[in-house]
Amino acid sequence: MTTRTIDVDYIARVEGEGALYIRFDGDRVDDVQLRIFEPPRFFEALLRGRAFTEAPDITARICGICPVAYLMSACHAMEMACGVTIDPEIRALRRLLYCGEWIESHVLHIYMLHAPDFLGYPDAISMAKDYPETVRNALRLKKIGNQLMTVLGGREIHPINVRVGGFYKAPSRQALDALVPELEWARDQARETVRLVAGLPFPDFEQDYEFVALRQGAEYPFNEGGLASTRGIDVPISEYDDVLHEQHLAHSTSLHTRTAGGGVVHMGPMARYALNRELLGPGALAAAEEAGLGAMERNPFRSIIVRAVEVVFAVEEALRLIGEYREPDRPAVPVEPRAGTGYGATEAPRGICYHRYTIDDDGLIQDAKIVAPTSVNQGMIESDLRAFVAPRVDMADDALRADCEQLIRNYDPCISCSAHFLKLEVERG
Amino acid sequence: MAERGIVIGVGNLYRRDDGAGPLVARALRAGALPGLAVMEASGEGTALMEAWAGAQRAFLVDAVSSGARPGRVHRIDARRQRVPQDFFKYSTHAFAVAEAVEMARVLGDLPPVLIIYGIEGGDFGSGEGLTAEVAAAVDEVTRRIVEEAAAPVTSHGGEHA
Repeated sequence: MTTRTIDVDYIARVEGEGALYIRFDGDRVDDVQLRIFEPPRFFEALLRGRAFTEAPDITARICGICPVAYLMSACHAMEMACGVTIDPEIRALRRLLYCGEWIESHVLHIYMLHAPDFLGYPDAISMAKDYPETVRNALRLKKIGNQLMTVLGGREIHPINVRVGGFYKAPSRQALDALVPELEWARDQARETVRLVAGLPFPDFEQDYEFVALRQGAEYPFNEGGLASTRGIDVPISEYDDVLHEQHLAHSTSLHTRTAGGGVVHMGPMARYALNRELLGPGALAAAEEAGLGAMERNPFRSIIVRAVEVVFAVEEALRLIGEYREPDRPAVPVEPRAGTGYGATEAPRGICYHRYTIDDDGLIQDAKIVAPTSVNQGMIESDLRAFVAPRVDMADDALRADCEQLIRNYDPCISCSAHFLKLEVERG
Repeated sequence: MAERGIVIGVGNLYRRDDGAGPLVARALRAGALPGLAVMEASGEGTALMEAWAGAQRAFLVDAVSSGARPGRVHRIDARRQRVPQDFFKYSTHAFAVAEAVEMARVLGDLPPVLIIYGIEGGDFGSGEGLTAEVAAAVDEVTRRIVEEAAAPVTSHGGEHA
């Protein structure tokens, strides 16, 4: 009997540290492991005993790519625990901040991390030699995301202007109006991005996913909504732990997630699209239709198109929110602590970021639980890899390795988040 | 008209010697050099490209982990030399300092002068405070940037002295 393994010791163009290991026993896929070896950082433990007001800024440090997700989920959880409802103006500003993070993160992934895979370049720098104007436009498009983060959050990474109850300082009408001309350019460039990525060559591969995303019914989800799936999960966020369970597997420092039935689920742009497509707004919806996206997309390689459609959405939503903006009377609502448990779930660029906190009467954190979307998607990535490589066992190691890395990048994995996690190893036998 | 220049201190103050870049920036800001903007940055690549856009000369300071002795100062003239991709080991972002420099080179967007000071770190653990050798290197790099900034621009875009 011969064993063949394919290894990627250190997966490139993802955030954080992970590896891939695939073992073939003859023509059969024997084992697939997405190995997350980034050391765990024990955030949940270090939160115990800290003030409820500290959770947003502490947890935002889990990730430099999606700090807004942590800020927002922590704020919502604490506000629920304390029985506070935020003002509509603050809610709108939170959506606008999230637009900035989606633009920044999605554009980086589409152009710098994922597009080189489809076009056959080792990295974005090599791609830029042949497509300088495309890359230039991408950088400019990403910049408008950074600018939104800076105006609302104080700086483009690890915003410092967010607090439980709202913001430390609300932006001026003029500061937001100043962003409009560049956002209008971004709207056209985002639509062009959809056309561009829709023309990429996609491997023929589909999976029958259970998609999980927030669903609120009136708007495409950022900060709000119940937990919904394409196979019947439909619960308030306070029941997250009843339907999705975490478990430790030896090959990963990041916990895996399973449904009550033991299944794996898919979070992120394709899931949000499947569950909220009709709420994208006319511009993004038209872009999706033009790109050939149906009611649901099952080819994970085409996630790059959905991601681009979400950039159109985020830019249009930002323009809408700025157009309707009224400076709030107060930048935050006062929040007094009380003993209780709160739940927060918001849509990070790569899927749901879930927080649960129990605090005491003094507002000190007694218990914390944080689940990052990449950690949830790990099981789905392994499932995709297993299904993808099975009919491709005859491919040469190098080609197979490259395709597998591309497949992993379909999920825009944020390993640092999940290990609060990648290296490919293929063993053939 | 003062020359448009910028010093960018890259790093994380809460990861010991990775704080070298921001600490050089703070020391320079305190000295208020005319014509020289000073900023701290996390190392996210596109933000760096934006930061040096339009500058006649830029100095970028970051902690490095190349295997040399802690406190060793590396000086890279980015217009003349490539930046080693694995030099800035602790820039964990997928598009960080080295990628930003090489991308700007491909796009023709490097400033006329871009000098990178890499300070070899010893301890990248959690917490504040530098190891003694790195603290001395921060003082050295601060002094060298003051001296270089005072001199006329002589590099390859050279006419902006």
